[in-house]
Amino acid sequence: MEFLRPVSLGEALEMKAARPEAVPIAGGTDVMVELNFDHRRPAALLDLTRVAELAEWSRDDSVVTFGAALPYTRLINELGTDLPGLAIASRTVGSPQIRNRGTVGGNLGAASPAGDTHPVLLASDAVVEVASARGTRSIPASEFYLGVKRNALEPDELITSIRLPKATGPQQFAKVGTRNAMVIAVCSFAISLHPNESRAGAAIGSAAPTPRRVRQAEDFLTEVLDWESPQALPDSAKRRFGELVASAAEPIDDVRGSAAYRKHALAVLARRALGWAWDAYREGERSCA
Amino acid sequence: MRVNITVNGEARQVDDVWPGESLLYVLRERLGLPGSKNACEQGECGSCTVYMDGTPVCACLVAAGQAEGREVRTVEGLASGDTLDRVQQAFVDAGAVQCGFCTPGLVVAAHDLLTRTPQPSDPEIREALAGNLCRCTGYEKILDAVRMAARS
Ligand SMILES: Cc1cc2nc3c(=O)[nH]c(=O)nc-3n(C[C@H](O)[C@H](O)[C@H](O)COP(=O)(O)OP(=O)(O)OC[C@H]3O[C@@H](n4cnc5c(N)ncnc54)[C@H](O)[C@@H]3O)c2cc1C
Ligand code: FES
Ligand code: FES
Repeated sequence: MEFLRPVSLGEALEMKAARPEAVPIAGGTDVMVELNFDHRRPAALLDLTRVAELAEWSRDDSVVTFGAALPYTRLINELGTDLPGLAIASRTVGSPQIRNRGTVGGNLGAASPAGDTHPVLLASDAVVEVASARGTRSIPASEFYLGVKRNALEPDELITSIRLPKATGPQQFAKVGTRNAMVIAVCSFAISLHPNESRAGAAIGSAAPTPRRVRQAEDFLTEVLDWESPQALPDSAKRRFGELVASAAEPIDDVRGSAAYRKHALAVLARRALGWAWDAYREGERSCA
Repeated sequence: MRVNITVNGEARQVDDVWPGESLLYVLRERLGLPGSKNACEQGECGSCTVYMDGTPVCACLVAAGQAEGREVRTVEGLASGDTLDRVQQAFVDAGAVQCGFCTPGLVVAAHDLLTRTPQPSDPEIREALAGNLCRCTGYEKILDAVRMAARS
């Protein structure tokens, strides 16, 4: 096995072009488990932790762009205010030690249906920036997940950064698991309110072959939410929203939970998360008025 | 391959490292520092927790080559001479050690917490130690030890 240590993005892309079979390693929190247990014996590892560009971030008035190899702990501390939904999801990943190393780029690279950042990226209209020696591409999160642990990357491509709008309204993420730390989601749900566009984004995780947006449920919110003079939402609307979210799921029975439980739990998570987000929006509007 | 790491303040050079092996393996098997424990090799138990460039990480999930040029501090590097670090002393005094397998990782995690947050609340202690499993103590004495260390 070879260990490739690029120190710039250009060098990393050249190495990946020459050795497309090289496995990128950022935080290593997925890759090293596979190596330690002999589940994978790649011909080469491509270490991304020395590529400074991949751990930087920038922002302007409306958009935040952060490097694929920025660890969760830094994301939470440095970008949590602009990206509250992603910060909430990041705080639920593993443990402090895992968050000190793990990255959103790694979450995307692994493309597990249970990855915690995916629902937030979908609900918040994130774009995944990828690059190869051939050039760059911008892939909307909604086109990035192709199947169980399959994503839209070509063999010579690396994820360079994730770009998403600064939150313009409340965002929530919720997941079900057996404890508060170190839990792979049984199912998860994210909602981002976009008051500037009078709509909300919502997505589910660990409840279908890929993380997915729940468009029907989003459309329902467009119908029922009054952004100008926000009223308390009737329970019936929250429940209907929960049902629509659950109906978009195609979960499986596995050791973590049954399909029926996942659907039920998703409806509950969605109803609650909508309530939290909408109440926060109403609160914000009232204090602005 | 060859890897250069500063471990507990000392520059160390390690040869014949297999590129897929972990920092934990290098520390325990190649550098003779068995303090950091190997209990799960999958990031779940925290018994291999060490500082790398000042940040607590699971050594089992760091590829050896990723530690090149980095500063690693293990549980062996916390005491000064024969004087235990206050976290180590508190674990002894509180009776927070039974089989001791989880102790090195918990000591490093608690040491980091108290460096960042000198007077942590109970929820902060629980959160900081959420990545460390103990199969013996039931955690109560461990929480006592961290509270005690914070006071000392
Ligand atoms: C104990 C433990 C608990 C965990 N808990 C959670 C959890 O609660 N929620 C959750 O979502 N995940 C969890 N995980 C999984 C893992 O931590 C996350 O998926 C994390 O985001 C992976 O990031 P990383 O940088 O460590 O990835 P790595 O292991 O370095 O890489 C993961 C994959 O992505 C590829 N990759 C990495 N960076 C790039 C890039 N820039 N371009 C292209 N490909 C790339 C790698 O080749 C690999 O296939 C857990 C893992 C462990 C060990
Ligand atoms: S041995 Fe590293 S976390 Fe368990
Ligand atoms: S004392 Fe035995 S595992 Fe903690």
